[in-house]
Amino acid sequence: MSYLAVQGLSIQFGGLKAVDDVSFEVAQGEVFTIIGPNGAGKTTVFNMISRLYTPTAGRIVFKDEDITRLPVQLVAARGIARTFQNIELFENASTLDNLLVGRHRHSSTSLVEDILFSGRVRRQELEHREAVERVIELLRLQHCRDMLISGLPYGVRKVIELGRALAIGPELLLLDEPSSGLNVEETDDMAHWILDIRRRLGITVLMVEHDMSLVSRVSDRVLALNYGKIMAVGTAQEVQTHPDVVAAYLGT
Amino acid sequence: MLDFIQQTIGGIALGCVYGLIALGFVLIYKATEVVNFAQGELMMLGAFLSFTFIATLGLNYWLGFALAVVCMAVLGSTMERLVIRPILGYPQFSIVMATIGLGLVVRSLAGMLWGTDDLRIETPFTGGVFKLGGLVIAADSLSIIVATLLLCAVLYWFFRYTKIGIAMQATSQNMLAAYYMGIPVKRIFSLIWAISAMVACIAGVLLAPITLIHANIGFLGLKAFPAAVLGGFSSIPGALVGGIIIGVVETLSGFYLPEGFKDVAAYVVLLVALMVMPQGLFGSRALKKV
Amino acid sequence: MHQPVKTDYSQDLRLFRTAGQVWSYAALAVFLLAAPILFGNYLLSQVVFVIIYAIVGIALIILSGYTGQVSIGHAAFLAIGAYTAAYCQKQGIPFVVYFVLAGALTGVVGYLVGLPALRLHGVYLAIATFAFAFIVEEILARWESVTNGNEGIMLALPDLFGLKLGDTGFYYLCLAVVTTIMLGAINLLRSPTGRAFVALRDSETAAKSMGVNPARYKTRSFAISAAITGLAGVLYAHKLSFISPEMFTLSLSIEFIMIVIIGGIASLRGAVFGAIFMIMVDPVLATLKDDLPGLVANVVSVLGLNGGGAQEAVARVVNAPGLKSLIFGLIIIFFIIFEPFGLAGRWEKIKLYVRLFPLYKATTFKRQKMYLKSERGR
Repeated sequence: MSYLAVQGLSIQFGGLKAVDDVSFEVAQGEVFTIIGPNGAGKTTVFNMISRLYTPTAGRIVFKDEDITRLPVQLVAARGIARTFQNIELFENASTLDNLLVGRHRHSSTSLVEDILFSGRVRRQELEHREAVERVIELLRLQHCRDMLISGLPYGVRKVIELGRALAIGPELLLLDEPSSGLNVEETDDMAHWILDIRRRLGITVLMVEHDMSLVSRVSDRVLALNYGKIMAVGTAQEVQTHPDVVAAYLGT
Repeated sequence: MLDFIQQTIGGIALGCVYGLIALGFVLIYKATEVVNFAQGELMMLGAFLSFTFIATLGLNYWLGFALAVVCMAVLGSTMERLVIRPILGYPQFSIVMATIGLGLVVRSLAGMLWGTDDLRIETPFTGGVFKLGGLVIAADSLSIIVATLLLCAVLYWFFRYTKIGIAMQATSQNMLAAYYMGIPVKRIFSLIWAISAMVACIAGVLLAPITLIHANIGFLGLKAFPAAVLGGFSSIPGALVGGIIIGVVETLSGFYLPEGFKDVAAYVVLLVALMVMPQGLFGSRALKKV
Repeated sequence: MHQPVKTDYSQDLRLFRTAGQVWSYAALAVFLLAAPILFGNYLLSQVVFVIIYAIVGIALIILSGYTGQVSIGHAAFLAIGAYTAAYCQKQGIPFVVYFVLAGALTGVVGYLVGLPALRLHGVYLAIATFAFAFIVEEILARWESVTNGNEGIMLALPDLFGLKLGDTGFYYLCLAVVTTIMLGAINLLRSPTGRAFVALRDSETAAKSMGVNPARYKTRSFAISAAITGLAGVLYAHKLSFISPEMFTLSLSIEFIMIVIIGGIASLRGAVFGAIFMIMVDPVLATLKDDLPGLVANVVSVLGLNGGGAQEAVARVVNAPGLKSLIFGLIIIFFIIFEPFGLAGRWEKIKLYVRLFPLYKATTFKRQKMYLKSERGR
């Protein structure tokens, strides 16, 4: 059985079929990228896998468990983390607190213990802090550890969001356009981190991305989507030269 | 049965006033996503002004009415300029509180200027009644219903079809984008407050013969919240329908249920409505895009 | 600039991080403990009111400041706490029991009010809470067998473990309660629960994706906030020694929100600042009424003008009915426009000014321009 399997996934908003009968499988340890023109339904697929949207038809199976109807807040507990296209950080909290929220699923203290700040809370807080500091070190975020997000530049926020997803301690990482809005060097860093995350942490990466140079650098396989339907699946090279994909991008 | 119909008609007239106040909420909310807790106070101010023009200065009813409406338009946009504009884009909580503060200021100033006695204005409809079979309908009530329907139609048309109405809707969706599209955002905001104050003024003048004028009629504004929520908060016909529902429920529960229910009926309806259909009768639910 | 050196993550978990903090809070504690000796009866009683308001302020800061949920109905929770105390004292139930009971009861009610909050946001929630408060007010007026209706109920100061508390004893009781609640609130807000609150406030979508259950934490926040307010209600009822339904109106709820607006919504310190400010309004107004006309008259007659006329005019203004709400309204507007982080925000600025002197730049805290963006899709 495969690691993540999406079978016949469809969603309809009113009369619009945003995603139509999409099936694919992601193997463990893979970097799998979804590309496609704007409005192709890439982010919608993401939103269904991370359970923000509920599909009208089809199944999502993660590690032999059907998660198609799982409540959103339980997705993180399964080890699935995500980032957002337009950055959804907690604006009025520090970087450290943002990352610590990622550790939420690892806290097991009750409300009463929290109010008393009991020894168990204290111990867990220290563990969280150490885990988060490892992420901070990996992504070189030391300089903004105690700064509020609202005062940080876009590129840094993008990295912090990646860090927050890593703080969850995920097995599967969903990255929604990790390079959008980044300059060339920042994109380059991002590519390194994605490869690092896969190699050093053994995390499977599912990604939506527009920047083809980044895509071909990091992806094992690429899926091209257009109007909610699959056009092609294969290596970056194969998909990029696929006649349908070329036509969709050049608009013939 | 006759009682029931009679009460229902009274309820509809009352509901139309709620609807009119709710309309004021809806207008401002639609264009600026600000909930104006001072709407009831604007209505009160309009009623006091019309009293000054009609009763104190002895002007003709219609002239006094028109003058009051014009004054309120100016006052409305002034309030926007002084209180709301500096804090546009703040969290809603801050803005709501600012309008509550504004309401307090307006109410206490009105109390100081016009005193705390009940005031009364003579209208062309005063004492007039229509008899229909066994039913007796006061001309005052009828005037409210007719005026409300007219006003709703005009405003609906304004938002739906005029260029400036559409610009207002665009502004509420995204102020920055609207600004880049060349919409004079600031002027739009002043304008919407002016319109809303005018609507409030009309509500106040129409209501004056029924409840008399005193500094506390502003609290009726609080009764109009359930109406606006029931109607979905951003729908003009919704405000009217919501107002009528609240008015009828309140009047009937005052007539048929034990004492005490009348005052809370509107809020009970509101809470039930929020539980069952949080988006109201005419609202739409939007999914957040991420 | 003085920066403590950190060598261990556990340092960040300490309540007091620098020696200065330890000393200043110790001084504050000594001062508060000595207050009954230092202050006369009147001042001590004002301090008790400050404490009660500060407790409500803490409740609102947890709910509105940290969880981003609006409530314009907190007077209702205070009323439930107050009436629980009044009813239980009449039945001869010991203070400790009904104190806990009042907290639990308001907590449960708060939880129930929080349930619709899951589906509502912003405006709708504000209106729902205020509808709830109206209904509670009406129930209190009509449920005469328990509440004695509009006649109101009298209460005595509580007995604590068989000990009859006097004014001083009651002050220490209030002090103990506020200290406990403050410490609990500080702990809560730095714990995983507190972070979940903040996460929900800033982005519910992201919070959910991080595994935060919105239903659980929003209702928790409501329940905690209501329970704290209920406890304040018990103290409030005993302090006033008489309660009736018309005390717990919308304007009391608004006064409570003023506590956090004036004090500052972003930190617990704000609750204390705001409470002090709000309690000071009445005495200051009274002084104005008594002294200002005469003062103005003196100044004017020194200038050789008609002192008596001026005195009369000023007296008319300061004695005008509704002056207090006018001032309240102006204060709300003033703080929201000019100092959105309240006195606590001002406090931070002053501290920074002293620390950086003479290098402080006013632009450090210059606000970014904000633009209205639709919250409808949230």
